[in-house]
Amino acid sequence: MSSPCRRLERLAAAALAAALLAGCQRETRDFHGPPPPSGPQASGVSPSDLAAGGGPIGPPHDPRAAIYEDNAFHIGEGKRYYDWYNCYGCHAAGGGDIGPPLMDDQWIYGGSIEQIHASIVEGRPNGMPSFRNKIPDDQVWEIAAYIRSMGGNVAKDAAPSRGDELQSSLAKTQVKPTPAKPAAPTDQPR
Amino acid sequence: MRRAAAWLAMGMAGLALAACSGAQDSLNPAGDQAAHTQDVWRLMLIVCGAMYVLVMAFLGWALWRARRALDGPPLEDAVKSSADAPMRNALVGWTALIILGLGVLAVGSFLVDRSLARADTKDALHIKITGNQWWWQVEYQDPDPSRQFTTANELHLPANRPAILELAAQDVIHSFWIPNLAGKEDLIPGRTNWLTLNPRRIGVYRGQCAEFCGLQHAQMALDATVEDPQAFEAWRQAQLKPAPPPSNDAQVRGQGVFINGACGSCHEIAGSDAHGRTGPDLTHLASRRKLAAGALPVGRDGLIAWLHDPQAIKPGNHMPLVHMSDQDLNDLVAYLQSLS
Repeated sequence: MSSPCRRLERLAAAALAAALLAGCQRETRDFHGPPPPSGPQASGVSPSDLAAGGGPIGPPHDPRAAIYEDNAFHIGEGKRYYDWYNCYGCHAAGGGDIGPPLMDDQWIYGGSIEQIHASIVEGRPNGMPSFRNKIPDDQVWEIAAYIRSMGGNVAKDAAPSRGDELQSSLAKTQVKPTPAKPAAPTDQPR
Repeated sequence: MRRAAAWLAMGMAGLALAACSGAQDSLNPAGDQAAHTQDVWRLMLIVCGAMYVLVMAFLGWALWRARRALDGPPLEDAVKSSADAPMRNALVGWTALIILGLGVLAVGSFLVDRSLARADTKDALHIKITGNQWWWQVEYQDPDPSRQFTTANELHLPANRPAILELAAQDVIHSFWIPNLAGKEDLIPGRTNWLTLNPRRIGVYRGQCAEFCGLQHAQMALDATVEDPQAFEAWRQAQLKPAPPPSNDAQVRGQGVFINGACGSCHEIAGSDAHGRTGPDLTHLASRRKLAAGALPVGRDGLIAWLHDPQAIKPGNHMPLVHMSDQDLNDLVAYLQSLS
């Protein structure tokens, strides 16, 4: 008598479990990056297309942008590369140093991911070098996605946590001084 | 028939054990630390083995006795007439035996721990090892900066000379483990751990990360070569030199690919304009046995496979797929093979 009802219940439970399991895959990690683009539009835009003050004229929408924007894995990798390629050297942790800040809302050459990508690849006057061929293109996109996240321009569930250098105190693992186990013999003759 | 099966099983076990004397084997010690650890292992094997045999013997005896009891008078009578006193004595003796066994193990472990802590460090070599996802940076340190050098995924040690390892981690927790030389020691970000090695027997041993550290944890190995002091000194002198300059057209073009392309952004080749610091130092790449932390042999085939698509060999590792023409790839491999 209650058998059809039971069956329906079970079916609903199974469907719910399947839906929950499907939610487990937050995003796909593509380690290869998209194939390199062909044609003259390969690296975004040439500097001459830019309007003063970062006006509405910018590089055209790039289909690759959607792969990197709002993707936690790519933004996280970008954070790593921001450090490894020494963006810190000029832009500090995003607050700017001898280079302009990256976490505010002022963009000299535009703040869309395509424009940031173009700035890294092309370089900009007064100090920003061109990283064309020095950084693989998919990593440039990842760095651009991370820079977008600095000013809170990406979805919260994809944004990485604050970097250690922006914290007022050291991470818990780094509070204790290094234990001096066997005294390191620095004055030993070799 | 049964006897034949038993012999076969013993033969198989013998074969399996014979396979144990390998290059990554804590039962084949090549250094003091591993030998001490093996002592504890043997002590534990003897104590626990003896206890196991005793327990099994008592169990067998009890079963035999129970079967006899079934044949004999009813159990109730047996209980009434049971010899309680011998049983109590046996239990007391058994408890004493357990305490004695655990005591022997505790004392043995304490003594070995103490001998590990008191390792000979006279005239020690000082080496800093940094764990990265997923490779090892190895820096031979010296008060004289001109005698320092950096290599990756390989450790050369002179026999009978202690080495003090300073262990650090760049990203996540790793664990340094060369079973033939010593036990494991963790590499923890923000902390420094120390491990002393006293290598004794010449040979090439394999080490591996022993703490799950991400996708390519399994492919994070390093080679440890224990050699006689002269061979070590020769190796060190070679490592101290900058990379040899390219000697033919292909190598010159390959060096151009390396420096002007993406390679030099992350890798250092001393003596060239490539000074990247985030990837392994490649100054003497061709002198190493393995590529990419033990993933491939160094050689033309290995290099081409790796450079053609590093993500196919170690998916998720931080060496990106850099698109280049076949000509560039061949020149680059020719240059890398010249870095001996």
